[in-house]
Amino acid sequence: MELRSYIIRRLLFLIPVLFGVTIFIFGITMLFSPIERASLYVTDARQMTNIPQLIETYGLDQPFWVQYGNWISEVFSGNLGWSRVVGMPVGDAIWAFLPATLELSIFATPIIILMGIFLGTKAAAHKDRPLDHGTRVMAIFGWSLPTFWLGLILMMVFYGYFTGLLPPSRLSIPMELVVNSASFIRYTHINTIDAILNLKGAVFLDALRHLILPVITLSVTQVAFIMRLMRSSMLESLGKGYILTARAKGLSERVVVNKHARRNALIPVITVAGYVFAGMVNGVVITETIFTYKGLGWWAWQSAVRLDIASVLGFALFNSVLFVLVNLVVDILYTRVDPRVRLGGVMQ
Amino acid sequence: MSDWKFMARQLVKNPLSLAGIIIISIFVIIAIFAPLIAPPPEGHLDHYMIPRDGYSATPKLPSEEHIFGTTEGQYDIFYGVIWGTRSAFRVGLVVIGIVLVTGILLGSLAGYFGGIIDEVIMRITDIFLAFPALILAMAIVAALGPSLRSVMIALTVVSWPSYARLIRGDILQVREEDYIEASRGIGASNFRVIMRHALPNAIYPTLVMASLDIGAVVLTAAALSFLGLGAPEGYADWGQLTSFARNWIVGPSSDPLRYWFAVTIPGLFILFFVLGWNLLGDAFRDILDPRLARR
Repeated sequence: MELRSYIIRRLLFLIPVLFGVTIFIFGITMLFSPIERASLYVTDARQMTNIPQLIETYGLDQPFWVQYGNWISEVFSGNLGWSRVVGMPVGDAIWAFLPATLELSIFATPIIILMGIFLGTKAAAHKDRPLDHGTRVMAIFGWSLPTFWLGLILMMVFYGYFTGLLPPSRLSIPMELVVNSASFIRYTHINTIDAILNLKGAVFLDALRHLILPVITLSVTQVAFIMRLMRSSMLESLGKGYILTARAKGLSERVVVNKHARRNALIPVITVAGYVFAGMVNGVVITETIFTYKGLGWWAWQSAVRLDIASVLGFALFNSVLFVLVNLVVDILYTRVDPRVRLGGVMQ
Repeated sequence: MSDWKFMARQLVKNPLSLAGIIIISIFVIIAIFAPLIAPPPEGHLDHYMIPRDGYSATPKLPSEEHIFGTTEGQYDIFYGVIWGTRSAFRVGLVVIGIVLVTGILLGSLAGYFGGIIDEVIMRITDIFLAFPALILAMAIVAALGPSLRSVMIALTVVSWPSYARLIRGDILQVREEDYIEASRGIGASNFRVIMRHALPNAIYPTLVMASLDIGAVVLTAAALSFLGLGAPEGYADWGQLTSFARNWIVGPSSDPLRYWFAVTIPGLFILFFVLGWNLLGDAFRDILDPRLARR
C-alpha cells in the first residue's frame, strides 16, 4: 500500500479514538454536580457569577447525550471552559503556558535521545566489561529514581550548597526587565530563542543557567530508559550475520559498531518515541511543579490540586490529541526507516 | 514445576537479581514487622497515621527519640517510612490485583472470541491508552477527590488496558493449538476451554509482568501523593513525606544542608523499593526471553 493512503487510513482511524476520548472525558465530568460543571462552558470572568443561567443555556440538567452534544460543539468552536487558577479561558491558558514547556522540551529532547543512544552503544560495545557494568547500574538506578525526589536533591545541593550557581525560576530579575522592555521583541515567548533572535547574549546565558536543573531532572529517567533499550537492541544487532561479514572484511571496530550495528539497532528506539513523549509529559508536570517553573505542567498541577476540573480535563484532552498524533508520526517514521515494514499489514 | 526451580536457580546466580531479591525481602520483613519496628504510641487509634511530636513547622534533627528526625509538622520520619512500607505494598498489591483480574477477563474474552467482541474491547483500550498515564490519573483523582482510594482507582484505570492487550495476544497464540481444538471437539464449553486450557497456557508472562509492575505502580502513586493528590495529611506515605520537605530543601545560610534527612530519607525508601522490583524484573525478562538469555 502507498504511504499516502496509509496516512489517510490512519487519520480516519483517529476519529473513533478521539470520539471515545471525548466521551470518556465528558463521562468524568458527570461525576460533578451541574453547578461545578458550569465552568466547562464559561468564556469570561463575568459569566462565573451567573451559574443558573449557564445551567439553563447548556442544558446541564438534560440527559447525557444532549449535554455531550452541547459540550462537544463548544469544544469544536474552541471553547474549553474557564481556568479558575489563572483566570482566563482554558484554551488561552494552554497557549500562554506552552512556550515555557516547549523551552524545557527543546533542551531535554536532544539530551535524552543523544545521551541514551551514546551510552547504550558504549555499554553494548563494552559488554561485560567495567564500562558496561557501570552504565547499567547507573541506568537501573536512573530508571528507578522518583523524579520529584531527584529534583529536590538537586535543589538542595545547588540552591543550598553552591548558592547562586544555578538559580531558581526562569530568569533573574535584571534579565526579566530586559525581556519585558519594549525593545525586546517576544517572537516566540521561548526565552532562549527570543534572546538569540534579539541578539542578547546575556539573556540567553541567563535563561540557560536557569534551565539546567529542570532539564536534568526531566531527562534522567528517559535517558536511562533509552539507554537500556539501546543496549539490548545493539547486542541483538551485534550478533547478526552482517556484523560477522563486516568484521571478516577487516573493517575497524569503530566502523562496525557505529555504522553497521548502530543503524540497525536504532529502529526499536524509534518505535518507543511515543512512550518517551508520554514519559516527558508526566515528567514535565513533576519537574515544573518542584521548580515552580510556570509552564503547562505547573498549571495542570495547580488546577488538579485546586480541583479546577475544566483546566484538568482541557489539559488531558490537549495531551491525548497530541499523544495520538505523536504515535501516528512515529508509525509513519517507522515505515520510512525500516523498509521491511509493510504498510498494509496488521494494524493490531 | 522444574520451570520454577530453574528460574529460582537463575535468579540466585545473577548478582543483580540476587540484590533485587534481598531488597524486596527486606521490605517484606519491614512491612510485616512494622508494629514491632515502629510501635504505635499508646492510645494511637489509626496506626497508619504518623504520630506528631508537637506542631512546630521546622523539622528537628535526628535524635534518640526520633532516629530519622521529624519533618514539617513534627511528623516522625522513622515511623512514617516504616509504616509507609505497608502503604506501598498495599497500593501495589491492590492495584495489580484488580488490574490482573480485569485484564485477564477482558483480554481472554477478546482473544478467545475474536470478531466484534475483540474489536470493541480493543477500541476501548485504545481510548484509555490515548492519554499519558500520569495526566489521566491526575484527572481521575481530581474528579474523585484526593484520597488514597482515588489514587488506587486512578492507577487501576490507567493500567488495565496494557494487561488486557498482553493477555489477548497470548490467548490468540494458543487459540489455534491442537489441544484447544481437541477439547472443543469433545464438547467442552467455552468457559471451560478458556479456564482450563487457554488461560493456563497463556497467563504466565502476564503474571510475571504484573508482579514486577508493583514498583512502577508504587512510583506513580508516590508521585501523585507528592503532588498533593494522594493520601490525607499525616498518613504514612513516602510520597507525602517527601513533599513535607519541600519547604526545607535549603537550610539557614550557616548550614544549608541542615534538613538533609527530611529531604533524602523518604525518597531513598521509594528509590530502593522501585529498584528492587526493577532488578528482579530485568532478571525475569532475561530468563523468559531465550534470545537474550544466551548472551
